[in-house]
Amino acid sequence: MSTSTWKSGESVSEQFPAGLRVLVVDDDPTCLKIVEKMLKTCNYEVTTCNRAEKALALLQAHRNGFDIVISDVHMPDMDGFKLLERIGLEMDLPVIMMSADDGKQVVMKGVTHGACDYLIKPIRIEELKNIWQHVVRKRKNEWKELEQSTSIEDGVDRAHKQSEDADYSSSANEGGNWKSSKRRKDEEDELEERDDTSTLKKPRVVWSVELHQQFVAAVNQLGIDKAVPKKILELMNVPGLTRENVASHLQKYRLYLRRLSGVSQHQGGVSNSFMGTQDATFSPISSLTGLDLQTLAVTGQLPPQSLATLQAVGFARPSPKSGLSIPMIDQRNLFSFDNSKFKFGEGQGQQQQQQPNLGNNKQLNLLHGIPTTMEPKQLANLHQSLENISNMQVPVSQGNSILMHRGTARLPPNVGQPVTSNGLPGGLLPRNGHAENGRGAGGYTNPVPQTTSSAALTFPLNHGTELPGTNSFPPLGSPPGIQSLTHKGQFPQDITVNSEIKGSTAGGFIPGYYVLNDLQQLRSHDWELQNVGLNFDSPQSASSLPGSLESASSSLYVQQGISRSGPLRNSSSGGSKPSFPVEGTHNQNLGSIVNSSVRIKSENVVDAGCPSTLYPEHFGQEDLMSALLKQQEGIGPGNPDFDFDGYNIDNIPV
Amino acid sequence: MDQRNQFHRQVALMRQSLFDQGYIDEQFVQLEELQDDTNPNFVEEVVTLYYRDSARLIVSIEQALDKSPLDFNKLDSLMHQFKGSSSSIGARKVKAECTQFREYCKAENGEG
Repeated sequence: MSTSTWKSGESVSEQFPAGLRVLVVDDDPTCLKIVEKMLKTCNYEVTTCNRAEKALALLQAHRNGFDIVISDVHMPDMDGFKLLERIGLEMDLPVIMMSADDGKQVVMKGVTHGACDYLIKPIRIEELKNIWQHVVRKRKNEWKELEQSTSIEDGVDRAHKQSEDADYSSSANEGGNWKSSKRRKDEEDELEERDDTSTLKKPRVVWSVELHQQFVAAVNQLGIDKAVPKKILELMNVPGLTRENVASHLQKYRLYLRRLSGVSQHQGGVSNSFMGTQDATFSPISSLTGLDLQTLAVTGQLPPQSLATLQAVGFARPSPKSGLSIPMIDQRNLFSFDNSKFKFGEGQGQQQQQQPNLGNNKQLNLLHGIPTTMEPKQLANLHQSLENISNMQVPVSQGNSILMHRGTARLPPNVGQPVTSNGLPGGLLPRNGHAENGRGAGGYTNPVPQTTSSAALTFPLNHGTELPGTNSFPPLGSPPGIQSLTHKGQFPQDITVNSEIKGSTAGGFIPGYYVLNDLQQLRSHDWELQNVGLNFDSPQSASSLPGSLESASSSLYVQQGISRSGPLRNSSSGGSKPSFPVEGTHNQNLGSIVNSSVRIKSENVVDAGCPSTLYPEHFGQEDLMSALLKQQEGIGPGNPDFDFDGYNIDNIPV
Repeated sequence: MDQRNQFHRQVALMRQSLFDQGYIDEQFVQLEELQDDTNPNFVEEVVTLYYRDSARLIVSIEQALDKSPLDFNKLDSLMHQFKGSSSSIGARKVKAECTQFREYCKAENGEG
C-alpha cells in the first residue's frame, strides 16, 4: 500500500504542521485506509504500509523521509513493540502506537518501549491532528542533546549542524533543522561529537534515548547478568562510545533496576539501597536533599527522566543527615545510578517518586549538592529536590520535610526545570554550609556548561517570582513552571541549552558537568540543583541572572539570589565568582551560576568541611550545588573556600 | 428528481435506523465527515474494504472454531483484529459481539 510520496527535503515550515510526513503501519486494511484519509485531511503526507518489514525497509531507504511513524500493536509478521524499538534505535523517529487494546499493561509496554504516544482504536481525527507535537518535541530534545554533548564545541557543532541543515529539509523548518542537524549529528557526527568533547577536558557521553535504547537492547540481548561493558559496547556498535562510558552507564542502569525492584515506595527503597551501597558516608548528605539531588543530577543523562532523578534523589535521601560529609563522589554515583535508574523506569513518567522525602532531607543536600553543571535533566530533578529544599527554607535539616514536598512536586521530567530548584535553594540556605556543598561543587566540571547555565539562568527568572524567599516555600506548583522556563536551555539532553544559555550562567554549570565523567548523568541533576539554588535566591537574582548569565558576574548575582536567606547570600555572592574556570568558555558564562554552584560544589567536593562557610547561605543552592558538585566531584575545584571563582572543571576531583 | 429524493430519503431512513438500533455509532459519523469532494466515495470504499476484510476474518474464525480443541489464543487474536476493524468504521454492534467473544475466549468457554 503506499501512497503519498515522501519528500526528502522540502521544508514547509510555514505551513507546519502541514506536510508532516507520516508513515502508517497496520495490517488491518480498513483501519489503514481510514487513518490514511484522516491524516490526509490534516494535510499530512501519508505513506501506508501493511507489513512491518516493509515499513522498516521504507524507513531505511528514505532515512530522512519521514517525520513520524504510526504503528499498530498487533501485527502478524512482527510485534508492534519490536518495530517500535527498532525504529527508535535505528532512526530515532517518534513512534505512535495504536490498538483496539486499551489494557494498561499494553499501554505501559508502549511507554517503556519508548513510544511517544498510544492511541486507542477507533482512531479519531482529533487525535491525529495533534501528532506533530511529538515531532517537534523530539527534535527539540535531540537538538538539546546534541548541544549538550558538544557543549564546549557548541558553536562548532552548531555551525556544523546548520550547514547540514541546509541539506535536510523537513516539513518544519525548525524541526527540519533540528532534525537534520540532530540526525546528522547523532548518526554521523556522533564520533565527531565525541571527539569534540574529548578534546575538552573530559568527553562527555550524552545518553540519548536512542543510545540508551541501544544499550538496553544490548543488555537484554546479553542477559542482565552476563552483560559486560565490553560486550555491550560491541553490540551497540556506536562509534566513539568507550567502554568506560558503557560501564558507568551500566552501573547506573543496574542500580536503577535494583531500585525498581527494591523500592516499594520511592523513598525508602531507593535511599536505602543507595545508602546501603554507599555506606555511611551518605548519611551526611542524607539530608537527603543532597542525595536526591545527586541522583537527580546523575540522571540528568537520561532523557525525560528528570523526574526519575528527583525521585532518585528522594530516594537517595536515606537519612536526612545534614552532614554532607558523605563523600560527594559516592553520593553522586549513587544518585546517578538512581537517577539513571529512575530514568529508566521512571523516565517514562513516573515522577511520582518525587517523594516527599526529598523534601526533608533534600533540603540540605540540595543546597549543598547543587552542582553547577547539572544538566537540565538533572536540574529538573534537582529542581524538585530543591523545591523541597526551598520549601524547607527552614534550616536544612529541619526543613527537609518541606523541601521534599517540593521535590515531590516533581519537576517535570524535562528536567529542564531547574526553576523549581531555585525555590529550594533559598529555603535550603538555612542549612549552613554543610558538606553538602561539597557535594555539588565538586562534581561538575564542565560537561554541561551550557545547559546548566541556561538552566540556571532560567531559574532565576522564573524563580525569582516563584521563590519568594527562602523562608517561604514557593508553591510547588510554581517551581515547575519555572523550571520549564529555566530548563529551556537546560535539558542536558538538549543541546540547545547550551546555545541558549550561553549567556546564562548556566553555561558555566555545564562545563562542570562534563568534568564528571561518571557523573554525566548527575550533571543534569546538578544543574538543576544549581539552578534551583540560583533561582531561589530571589527574583532579583532571576532578573539578574538572565542578564548576568552572560557574564560570570551575573552568576554571582544569582548566587546571591539564592542566598536569599541572607547569610548565605553573602557568602555565596562573595564566593561565587562569576568566572568559573570551568572548562570552556561556557563556564564563564555559567560562571555566575556555576559559581554559585561551583562554590557549593567545590566545597562539597573538596571536602565536606570547607564549604560550610559559604554554603550556609546557599543552602538551597548549596544543596543543589553540592549535589551537583558531588556529581562532578572530579570537577570541583577544590577550593575550600567558598569563593570559587569559577571552578575549574579539571580541578574538580571526580 | 422525485425518485432521487425518494431514494435519498430512504437511504437516510435506513441510516437512521441503523443508528437507532445500535448497529453503528459515532465513529461512522466521523467517517462520513471525512468524505469530501476530493474523495466522494470514501465511506463506500471503506465499508467495502471492511466487508472484504471481515469476510476473510470470519472465514478464519470459522475454521478456528471447527478445530478441536479450540485454540483460544488464535481466536482471541482474530477477534481482536475484527474488533479493531469494526470499531474503526463504527460498527458498534459487531464490536460489542467481538468483545464478548473475547471474554469467552479468555474464559476458555467454548460454548459461549
